[in-house]
Amino acid sequence: MTDVTIIGAGVAGLWAARSCLARGLRPRLLDRSGAAGPHSCSWWAGGMLAPECEGATTEPAVIVHGRTAAALWRGVTEVHARGTLVLAPDRDRAELERFAKRTSGHAACDAEAIASLEPDLDALHKRGLFFSNEAHLDPRQALSDLVRSLAASDVEIETADMTPNDVTGPVIDCRGLAAAGDVKGLRGVRGEMIILQSDEITLSRPVRLLHPRHPLYVVPRPGGLFMLGATQIESAARGPIAARSALELLSAAYALDPRFAEAAIIETGADLRPAFPDNVPRVVRKGGVLYLNGLFRHGYLMAPALAEQAAEFLLTGIKGALFRED
Amino acid sequence: MRDFYGVTLETPMMLGTARYPSPAVMEAAFTSSGASVATVSLRRERGAGQAFWDLVRSLGVHLLPNTAGCHSAREAITTAQMAREYFQTDWIKLEVIGNADTLQPDPFGLVEAAEVLCADGFKVFPYTTEDQVLAERLVDAGCRVLMPWGAPIGSGMGLNNIHGLRTLRAAFPDVAMVIDAGLGLPSHAAEAMELGFDAIMLNTAVAEADDPAAMARAFSLATQAGGLAAAAGPMGQRDMAVPSTPLIGKAWL
Repeated sequence: MTDVTIIGAGVAGLWAARSCLARGLRPRLLDRSGAAGPHSCSWWAGGMLAPECEGATTEPAVIVHGRTAAALWRGVTEVHARGTLVLAPDRDRAELERFAKRTSGHAACDAEAIASLEPDLDALHKRGLFFSNEAHLDPRQALSDLVRSLAASDVEIETADMTPNDVTGPVIDCRGLAAAGDVKGLRGVRGEMIILQSDEITLSRPVRLLHPRHPLYVVPRPGGLFMLGATQIESAARGPIAARSALELLSAAYALDPRFAEAAIIETGADLRPAFPDNVPRVVRKGGVLYLNGLFRHGYLMAPALAEQAAEFLLTGIKGALFRED
Repeated sequence: MRDFYGVTLETPMMLGTARYPSPAVMEAAFTSSGASVATVSLRRERGAGQAFWDLVRSLGVHLLPNTAGCHSAREAITTAQMAREYFQTDWIKLEVIGNADTLQPDPFGLVEAAEVLCADGFKVFPYTTEDQVLAERLVDAGCRVLMPWGAPIGSGMGLNNIHGLRTLRAAFPDVAMVIDAGLGLPSHAAEAMELGFDAIMLNTAVAEADDPAAMARAFSLATQAGGLAAAAGPMGQRDMAVPSTPLIGKAWL
């Protein structure tokens, strides 16, 4: 007995299934490519749960709802509540001041404080900001943990290429850009990333390096892996990472810690983030379909809140703050 | 009023389309400023399914594609040709960058590219320094608009060489000129217009403000004020104070 059909098994679809199950709604979960993998933009994410840092360039809704993400994820996968360290090269102090002015929940760090947080960065950076309330997770681990927890409730991902038109009954559409023809204003924003492996460097939290041209974040993952991200290009072109982008990301990593020059390049990736014109993720109702879309660079930060609001609407008709009519 | 290759701009303000927090914020900045030209960068932002460009087109302003990020004449020429095809306009803001750090124009590559593009029918808007001899070469190449910098791109320093800009303005009374790059505050924009420039070009100062739409409006008002002042004929500076109240009749004790 199916109460709701969910199309798309990326981070949004998996969370939608989870939130529906939690409310006693039986989901059927479909994806044209099966479980999330390189075909899904969830695969390429950084996995930062950093609502305060994102607040430097995003609307308040993302900060407010993003703050609920870490607690919601904790029931699913391992969440590292170790905060975010934000640094800037000496020449770009003004960037740090601007970032501090636009965000909250941070403390200023001098060289000593930076070294006590990340001993490997000792003597490399003179000033920074520490956002102690932020967290991160390993996105691919989180996806497989979500799949496993759904399987425990007998929800399996069916490989089927369907649109809401092919389905009867309530539908939650989580197809991302594949739904661009159905939802107004959706566009793709290209993002590129690199995964490095180094045994020389240990970081225990995401580190952001501010730069007027090439901002960077580095997210540590188990096994000496470091995810470098991410470019943000207003283009819907797919295809491998551009040489220029790779140069920029790697140069910024080198500026963060010169030992990254010796790291191995394990993987590069590029995909399109689905985004609405204001870059705020939404639950959009159109006809009988709920679209969870426009997660932009906030997939792991905003999927739980969006899914909760969509499931709550199905059950009670209550419209959450991220709800819109198309 | 000087025209831009036969086009009279509705307002003397050009706005870039990069670095905004979101397209919605960008749109608000265009609406609140009434900017009449949008510069667009093809180089990195090409590709199929261009929802972003549809959004820029829907602003209803003149599109001025640029060759941002090009470091040689050849690269700039290729980019210009692609932009003409993609955006269906022969306007091109020609940038040939000579130094990756300061982003200052490469004067030699600029003239080379301008000659080729003008001969190919492009309407070239060259991003140049305030150097008068360079300007002459660009005009000789066929440029009818010049875009001298105020200061390095994105630096927000304002007009670094007032004397040079004033000399340049006086040297080419018939050429439309836009102060491009380096403006950080509305007062810089007013100053540029007071000097007799025809328009200003902005991006970072608006896009990276805490409230881009409000900052865009502030620049728009400053541009209007500066333009009105230039047309109204500013007084000259004097070394000596001149009392604004007549002295005759003042009590003399």
